[in-house]
Amino acid sequence: MNIINYVSAMAVPAIILLIIIYGVKEKIKVYDTFLEGAKEGLEVVINIFPTLIGIFLAVGALRASGILDLIINIIKPLITALKIPAEIMPLAILRPISGSASMAVATDIMSKYGVDNIIGIIAGTIMGSTETTFYTIALYTSAVGIKKIRYVLVAALVADIVRNAYVCSNLSNCVVKFLLTSVKKGSKI
Amino acid sequence: MLNILWPIFIIISYIYAIFTGNVNEINNSVFESCESAVKLTITFLGTMCLWSGIMQIAKKTTLIDKLTKLLTPIMKILFPEIQKGNPVHKEISMNMVANILGLGNAATPLGLKAMKTLQKDNPKKDTLTNSMAMFIIINTASIQIIPTTVIAIRSSLGSTNPTQIIIPVWIATLVAAMAGITTAKILMKKY
Repeated sequence: MNIINYVSAMAVPAIILLIIIYGVKEKIKVYDTFLEGAKEGLEVVINIFPTLIGIFLAVGALRASGILDLIINIIKPLITALKIPAEIMPLAILRPISGSASMAVATDIMSKYGVDNIIGIIAGTIMGSTETTFYTIALYTSAVGIKKIRYVLVAALVADIVRNAYVCSNLSNCVVKFLLTSVKKGSKI
Repeated sequence: MLNILWPIFIIISYIYAIFTGNVNEINNSVFESCESAVKLTITFLGTMCLWSGIMQIAKKTTLIDKLTKLLTPIMKILFPEIQKGNPVHKEISMNMVANILGLGNAATPLGLKAMKTLQKDNPKKDTLTNSMAMFIIINTASIQIIPTTVIAIRSSLGSTNPTQIIIPVWIATLVAAMAGITTAKILMKKY
């Protein structure tokens, strides 16, 4: 299982190296280009900030008022049957609808339950492995004036549900268990 | 959507808090929420700028063209209806490569261009073709080699190993993509 850790750790430096070496080889002004891109990153973060405030406010209110616990308790039988941790539900529902809002919710879950905790890892995996399904479909169909989308929404949502169920059950059982023990042992990489 | 949900969340929370006596808690939460949004943004900023910078370099190299060629065999399976030599092949695979590298800003315009090219050969202009449907489903699956945003959030929250998420994300993405593609392949015969 050390291979998983190794590949995960190597992926980032390998990609950075590959891109920079390619850039140098093709005589691109690597540093100037980097600065250009970093500036764009700054704009992205600044644009996300208002959403973060808005969603943190709403989710914080839901949690502090105690209503989130109430809702979780009501739907608990259903989600325990599906093996989805109750804490993940707000994210699973919001993910296909809004990208920035679900990012804020995922962050909230990770900081509340611990980023290296099983719940935190599940939230991160769900966040990292999907697009905003409804937005993508709407964007791509409306751009060419299509109204009949046939089976697309069904297939995309099946993919979302299968993934969520997979992440919550399989992942928590095998991969995450390993990740957790390696974190506790103080992983070397 | 959020124009409806957001006020509902807040109104219900405040009413519920007043009735259950949690008013102090909700007052504190307002200020805590603003504070944590600021904290997160500041820590998050560095990693986001780093990745945007690196990916900007990738955009200017021929790396994207090279990766596009690697996708040719997969394209034949996913889009059997597109004839060989059709320029849309390249547009679709460039969109996929941009998605894989996490170049969201580059992927969307490429994707829209591919949709427009596909629309030219579409006999029913208001209905999706099978190729278009498959293309959209692949785009919703978000196959991404480095989930940069999640890694940035994880490191800003003090994870001991932020990149550990990478393999679980790969597996989850592949599972989702397979489920979506299989469902589409089954449904396209009936609907």
